[in-house]
Amino acid sequence: MADRYASIRYLLPKWSGKLGAGLVIVGLITLFGVIAPYFTADPRDSGNKGLRPPSAEHLLGTTKLGYDVFAQLAAGTRGSLYVGLVGGLSAMLLAIVFGIIAGYFGGWLDEVLMLATNIMLVIPGLPLVMVIAAYVQNAEGLGDFARSSTLVALILGITGWAGSAVVLRAQARSLRTREYVAAARVAGESGLRVIFVEILPNLVPLIAAQLIFGVMAAVLGEAGLSYLGLGPTNSITLGTMLNDAQTGQAVGSRAWWWFVPPGLLIAMLGTGLSLINFAIDEIVNPKLRLAPQAARLQRKATKEGKGVAGGGAFA
Amino acid sequence: MSGALEVRGLNKDFRLRNGMASTVLHAVADVSFTVEPHRTVALVGESGSGKSTIARIIAKLETPTSGQVLLDGRPTPTRATADYRRQVQMVFQDPFASLNPFHSISHHIERPLRIHHPELSTQAVRERVVELLERVQLTPGSAYLERRPHELSGGQRQRVAIARALAPGARFVVADEPVSMLDVSIRVDVLNLLADLQRAEGLGVLYITHDLATARHFSDEILVMYRGSIVERGRADEVILNPQHEYTKKLREAAADPDRLGELRDEVRREMAGGAA
Repeated sequence: MADRYASIRYLLPKWSGKLGAGLVIVGLITLFGVIAPYFTADPRDSGNKGLRPPSAEHLLGTTKLGYDVFAQLAAGTRGSLYVGLVGGLSAMLLAIVFGIIAGYFGGWLDEVLMLATNIMLVIPGLPLVMVIAAYVQNAEGLGDFARSSTLVALILGITGWAGSAVVLRAQARSLRTREYVAAARVAGESGLRVIFVEILPNLVPLIAAQLIFGVMAAVLGEAGLSYLGLGPTNSITLGTMLNDAQTGQAVGSRAWWWFVPPGLLIAMLGTGLSLINFAIDEIVNPKLRLAPQAARLQRKATKEGKGVAGGGAFA
Repeated sequence: MSGALEVRGLNKDFRLRNGMASTVLHAVADVSFTVEPHRTVALVGESGSGKSTIARIIAKLETPTSGQVLLDGRPTPTRATADYRRQVQMVFQDPFASLNPFHSISHHIERPLRIHHPELSTQAVRERVVELLERVQLTPGSAYLERRPHELSGGQRQRVAIARALAPGARFVVADEPVSMLDVSIRVDVLNLLADLQRAEGLGVLYITHDLATARHFSDEILVMYRGSIVERGRADEVILNPQHEYTKKLREAAADPDRLGELRDEVRREMAGGAA
């Protein structure tokens, strides 16, 4: 239906160089993580010769223990993306529950939920994650789950939602006083329907930005945890690769092919996600798009001799 | 007479917090009036006089500190029931804010229909939406269904808002400054539309405004509000032509009057000439 498409179009960011670059980078990395593991050698096969530089046989060489770096990179990308997605989604869900409910209902519920949010906000993130990760991984009765990347992702999720919740609460508080919300209530809409049908769609750009931010934080958080040796031990991620490289003295033995690819991939993923986030920010706050655009137009006009404002009047 | 919307002894206090100290603002003080079907009651007053608070109390968006809203002689519960919502509707002041930018025009009119008439089929709801749009002179109605609020002008949006208020089959409509955000040139059109619909449906309308001229033109009774209380009430012409209260006289003098056109300008010129001499 035409109606549906219009709703979707309303939510999509305007096309821009930033968005394009971000989507290409993230798209390629995702594609690599999803498809490449099917075509590479076994990343856990240590039967190769150790510490070989890149060659036709091993595209990115091998590690000290004889693992194929390219195969590990493919598996590690998949692992990191998985952690990012699960961590980001769980953080987003918690942020929606805490932020939007606090912002919409207000009163004592707001006070209680924001107290919890503020506590989460001021506790230093990484140390808390480290404590929880160390504790849970040594807990009895979790079996394989205790060493899995899903658990690490969930830990990152439940420690990383507070900032997003504050942002969503502020916006929900602003939206609930809009007349269209009052009008929906006068029309007889129930409280939950007002939240999900009238308010939530207008929060989608903000939620998307928070989700991407959450994914980024989870990928980086997992890399940090793994580097410290607190990451998932039964799966391969970019962070565990860096940890291996560090313990295997990759830098000391000049095995750049071992630590540069995973480091670069993490940086690229962060860059790509940030670029997409900037594009989404421009829907939330059109000034971010309009001001540079106006400055560009003015500069162009001046260059063509059509300027009226003289030289230094760029916005 | 039964079948009226009545407010009795309405009070609304707001607590203003200023650090540790708090003061109480009496936004509405002991207000009572009755809106009958087929009649328009105008509530006139300046900004901050409490008229919008009364509208929000009647629409059950705000709970009164004391006093009651009665429908057909029966007190209504603090929280609005579906039945109350069906009978009493509201048109908001700002047509740019009262329609959700995310949703299509049909959504805005469809929802109250579906909530209050769940027995209607999808097809019947559709037809009813088109019919309502055409009743508020958005023709052809089907051309507006999938459009979004930002594609419409202020006057068109306010018509959509009126159609939304009519959708449940309301008997009483509270119109909170329905034209104050519109261009002067289309105000009369929207007000005439409201008056036509009122006649056709026998609606009881509470018309809230700060404009005495339209209040006189479009209503049977005028209530003048000043600082939360009603200071003067009576038949529309009576109140305008023979104001009793000081504040009503002031309001009337402040209103634009063709007979006094240019008077203020001349006065200013005289003063300036006097000052220069």
